[in-house]
Amino acid sequence: MSATTATLPAQPRVTLRLVLWGAVLVLALIPLLNQLPETSALHVGDFIVSITGKWITYAILALAIDLAWGYTGILSLGHGAFFALGGYAMGMHLMRLIGPRGAYGHPTLPDFMVFLGYPELPWYWLGFDMFPYAFFMALFIPGLLALIVGYLAFRSRITGVYLSILTQALTYALMLAFFRNDMGFGGNNGFTDFKELLGMALTTPLARAVLFYASLVALVGSYWICTRISVSKLGRVLVAIRDAESRVRFLGYSTTQVKLFVFVISAVLAGLAGALYVPQVGIINPGEFSPGNSIEAVIWVAVGGRGTLVGAVVGAFSVNALKTWLTTAAPDLWLFALGGLFVAVTLFLPRGLVGLFSRKVEK
Amino acid sequence: MLLAILLLVSPARAQDAFTAALPGLAGGFGQIAEAVEKLGASADPRALPLLQALQEGRLLKREDGTLLLQTDAGTSEVPTGRPAEAGDAEAVRVNNRVRGALRGALGSLQILSTNPEERLKAAEDVFRSRSAQNIAPLEAALARETIPAIRAQLELSLAASRLASPDNAVRLQGINALAEVTDQNARALLLETKAQAPDLARQIDGAVAKIEGRLKVRQMVETFFQGLSLGSVLLLAALGLAVTFGVMGVINMAHGEMVMLGAYATYMVQEALSGTALAPFALPLAIPAAFLLAAAVGAVLERGLIRYLYGRPLETLLMTFGVGMILQQAVRLIFGAQNREVVSPAWMQGTLTLGGLSLTANRVWIIVFGLLVLGLVVAAIRYTRFGLEMRAVVQNRRIAATMGIRTGRVDALTFAFGSGIAGMAGVALSQIDNVSPNLGTGYIIDSFMVVVFGGVGSLAGTLVGALTLGVLNKVMEPYAGAVLAKVVVLVGIMLFIQRRPRGMFALKGRAAEA
Repeated sequence: MSATTATLPAQPRVTLRLVLWGAVLVLALIPLLNQLPETSALHVGDFIVSITGKWITYAILALAIDLAWGYTGILSLGHGAFFALGGYAMGMHLMRLIGPRGAYGHPTLPDFMVFLGYPELPWYWLGFDMFPYAFFMALFIPGLLALIVGYLAFRSRITGVYLSILTQALTYALMLAFFRNDMGFGGNNGFTDFKELLGMALTTPLARAVLFYASLVALVGSYWICTRISVSKLGRVLVAIRDAESRVRFLGYSTTQVKLFVFVISAVLAGLAGALYVPQVGIINPGEFSPGNSIEAVIWVAVGGRGTLVGAVVGAFSVNALKTWLTTAAPDLWLFALGGLFVAVTLFLPRGLVGLFSRKVEK
Repeated sequence: MLLAILLLVSPARAQDAFTAALPGLAGGFGQIAEAVEKLGASADPRALPLLQALQEGRLLKREDGTLLLQTDAGTSEVPTGRPAEAGDAEAVRVNNRVRGALRGALGSLQILSTNPEERLKAAEDVFRSRSAQNIAPLEAALARETIPAIRAQLELSLAASRLASPDNAVRLQGINALAEVTDQNARALLLETKAQAPDLARQIDGAVAKIEGRLKVRQMVETFFQGLSLGSVLLLAALGLAVTFGVMGVINMAHGEMVMLGAYATYMVQEALSGTALAPFALPLAIPAAFLLAAAVGAVLERGLIRYLYGRPLETLLMTFGVGMILQQAVRLIFGAQNREVVSPAWMQGTLTLGGLSLTANRVWIIVFGLLVLGLVVAAIRYTRFGLEMRAVVQNRRIAATMGIRTGRVDALTFAFGSGIAGMAGVALSQIDNVSPNLGTGYIIDSFMVVVFGGVGSLAGTLVGALTLGVLNKVMEPYAGAVLAKVVVLVGIMLFIQRRPRGMFALKGRAAEA
């Protein structure tokens, strides 16, 4: 219902595949080039490493949104919530790892809990000191939330803008809830001051490189999963649902189940992105739940070109590159530019940047 | 007036009481306090300046116990009034006990003042001091008081003073009087007395139960009013949306920014008129100004952008979100990021008292305004030619066009109309919220919830939805806190749409599947 033309996802062609692997290779070189002496012409600064690492996690989020919106027509304006929940799960692990090194020196309680007078760790914090458990929760909690919300929404056939508003309200409600101190998630300030992860101090180049490569692997993996889904028979059903949901249902498919499956996978990917994002930026707070963040992520996909997986990744990188450049060069203009992107892409570039280069003729 | 009081309280006795009490002021703290209470009860006109002097440290004491009164005019002896030298005289010192006695005594003297405000304040002071000494002056004052508000306070104070009496019969009188008062302080006072008068416990419990019952009812009414007030804010914010989204099916995420523009229009009108004769009417004049500004922006938005995206709701959503961002940033650059002050006119300030309830005046006005705007919208859709054309286009665009209706023009006008209503909502919000560039963002999600909850395309649904959500929010607030109440309402709506996916007042038939 969202797109006017039915673009069937094509098998990535050979040239595209070459370009993609080339891009991955270039990205993979970044932490290595960072190790070169600063005098070298090929040296890449720390800033580039950390910001590219961040963008890679954004690209995973964009893929997640694209799978739901570009392929299945589910425009979720609450994917930032799944991203943030994944981030919070990882943040909880990082908080537990601080241990007695916090400002109050308490052996188990994070600083904010000591400050707020918690007698002991709340039950839902138990187990987060173990990395595998925390990582599992970073994927499980967003997936579970998507399962519940998706089940309720798709079952009663809430589609289109209604679903968008509903998911936006969801992330808004979560934001309000996480701002509360007695939720046990650090309230306004969230989590920060992380020390280490998997035995590596987070400030070392090694930890940065490891996180960078982990994100890159996650991006490639997510891309692979999304490609497998989109070229499968299921992928065809997804696109059919996007373009004519009632017809698909009358043909005997359970559109509720299919949509639920995609929505949950998408939320899990968003959670994965959040979990990789938090250790790299070193902070997570309720601001990540703000509806503006979710809708900004949607515009990455729109700019890159929805319904194409490359588009989502390209969009995430290009819009964020623009943002990084503009917010330092002309901070007042950034919101005009972002707003302008929303308008321009929807009116003039429905197929996004990728559409500009695609040689395939429509219809 | 003084004559009346002197007739009630025998003049000779009053004279005696005044002079008899004086030596106490030269004694220790206990004696001073006692003397102060006696002076307060004396109702003597000379006592007031004396006690005021004591309170302000202008009452001096010589070694021999003579009292001196220091005023701007000079120092004089008490009670003869002969001029005197201050010399080595020291100020009479007061402690907390004396201060308490002073407050009551001053109060019981000031309740005779000719100034109603002073009388009311004095009556309140007497209530706090609570001494059996005050019973007589209070009864006297009550006999002559005509202003209802002061009478009520006097009765409360009298009852409180009676509770302090050692005589159980008098106390019982006080208890019975307090039982008729709906006041948190009366309840606290009764509970306090219960500890001191165990043999009256049964009566006191009865009185407390009565008060609590009435307090509960009052609180419920007040909560309900607050809910209605929040509901009417939601109604104002959602009405415009009910037209653009509900009637046209255009999802306008810049709706909140239209509200924001309306609030800034109010600010601009106020600034433009400040200093002129029209300044007091700035707010009423801002209503059409806000409507026109928001409507103009809405018309441009519809003709320039939105019409190219009809039939593509998700794209419209994203595009209008971008427009909202641009509008917000433009306003931020023009007016600055800080809040702008919009002054409330005098008739919107203060509180209205309605049968013991105090309601904030501007909240009452917003409820009235919300209903007026609703009436306006209903009338415009039902009774005007524009409304008829609008309904025709919504029902069947092509047939409407063949009938000669210029559908494009109707679209633009409808969208402008919805935006204009949002602008008028901005005028109301400028009175209760900060006028800042992101004023609208706080309302947009709630407004959509109202429209979805009430039923898309139904104005009655919008009204009921807004008021229901407002009241629900306020009813839950004491139990769950403001934020959690909001979360619970949002979750509640999500579950509600499970049962009724198209809202409370769903459209039936083919139009519903559009």
